[in-house]
Amino acid sequence: MSETQKIIEIEILRYKPESDEAPHSELYKVPFTDDMSVLQGAQYIKDNFDGSLTFRWSCRMAICGSCGMMINGIPKLSCETFIRDYYPNRISIEAMANFPIEKDLVVDLSGFIEKLESIQPYIIPKEPRTLEQGEYLQSPEEFNKYIKFTSCINCTLCYAACPQVGLNPDFIGPAAMALLHRYNMDSRDGGSAQRMELVASEEGVYNCSAVGYCSEVCPKHVDPGNAVNINKMNAAKDYFLRFLSPKGGSK
Amino acid sequence: MAGWWKKNPFYVEYMVHEATALFVTAYAFTLLFGLFRLAQGEVAWNGWLEALKSPLSIVAHLVFLVAIFYHAFTWFKLFPLTMPPIMVGGKRLAPNVVVAGGCTAGVVAALALLGLVWRIAA
Repeated sequence: MSETQKIIEIEILRYKPESDEAPHSELYKVPFTDDMSVLQGAQYIKDNFDGSLTFRWSCRMAICGSCGMMINGIPKLSCETFIRDYYPNRISIEAMANFPIEKDLVVDLSGFIEKLESIQPYIIPKEPRTLEQGEYLQSPEEFNKYIKFTSCINCTLCYAACPQVGLNPDFIGPAAMALLHRYNMDSRDGGSAQRMELVASEEGVYNCSAVGYCSEVCPKHVDPGNAVNINKMNAAKDYFLRFLSPKGGSK
Repeated sequence: MAGWWKKNPFYVEYMVHEATALFVTAYAFTLLFGLFRLAQGEVAWNGWLEALKSPLSIVAHLVFLVAIFYHAFTWFKLFPLTMPPIMVGGKRLAPNVVVAGGCTAGVVAALALLGLVWRIAA
């Protein structure tokens, strides 16, 4: 360590379920280089100061979606957020908002996983095809309609960004709706009527008040807020036009 | 969740946008009240017109104008979020083009309405 070594203060919200009643902050002084991410800062703390610090990470290159945290109050992937951008100010790290904390920076994602399952995230074929009939064909135009919504990495930053998820944890939420929209928009899929009951339900799209912060924080530019809002229109159409051509499950 | 909207400038802008809708309502009620006074006869109607000229009313209308202008602008800013993608020549129209298009349409509609009212009044 040279004499010009820069030191940043990192404040982390800690929570040990076995001994703590409530989360509390702890401050660490971390030497850093200009190429160090906030995730590497957390790793330095774990390796040098406190081995019990717990957080999720894997790929270190914004692909796996594991290392989401609230960094100075903003939901971010810690692997693509750099310490140098905060220096000389203090960095404060907390577990992602709107999720129950399991330990330190690890949140309980089981509710999110249930939501993902509930949207039937697979192609429900429009018409059954035999092997002899060959593969399902899709034009580039048809492909372009849903490709954007396939880029989600399930990092759940959009849930941490959504005040409506905070107010109503049952809200199906941005990422799950984006995935639902991805399948509805797929020309091979015929499941949108089956998914409509969920879209229009108490847990569905009308929880959204168009804050739009979900799309702002999305590291993959999926624009989940757009998926939610387009489905408000779809649900309204399904509700009002069901007498003319019954399709979905709006009640 | 109490006070959640104060934690982030993005949420503050959202709340200001939502709050300025109250000024849209206030102006609508001002006009509606004028209609109500018109139904009550000439004296009532002239009284309402006179009340509009008071300094308090002019200040209130200036506040309405600013608030409604802000509300309209931030409403158009939500277009790329709330509308289905607009495809032109097989490509998705860029978000800022959509916002600019909405704002332009709003300004043109407002000017057309102003011109129409001007002609009727003249």
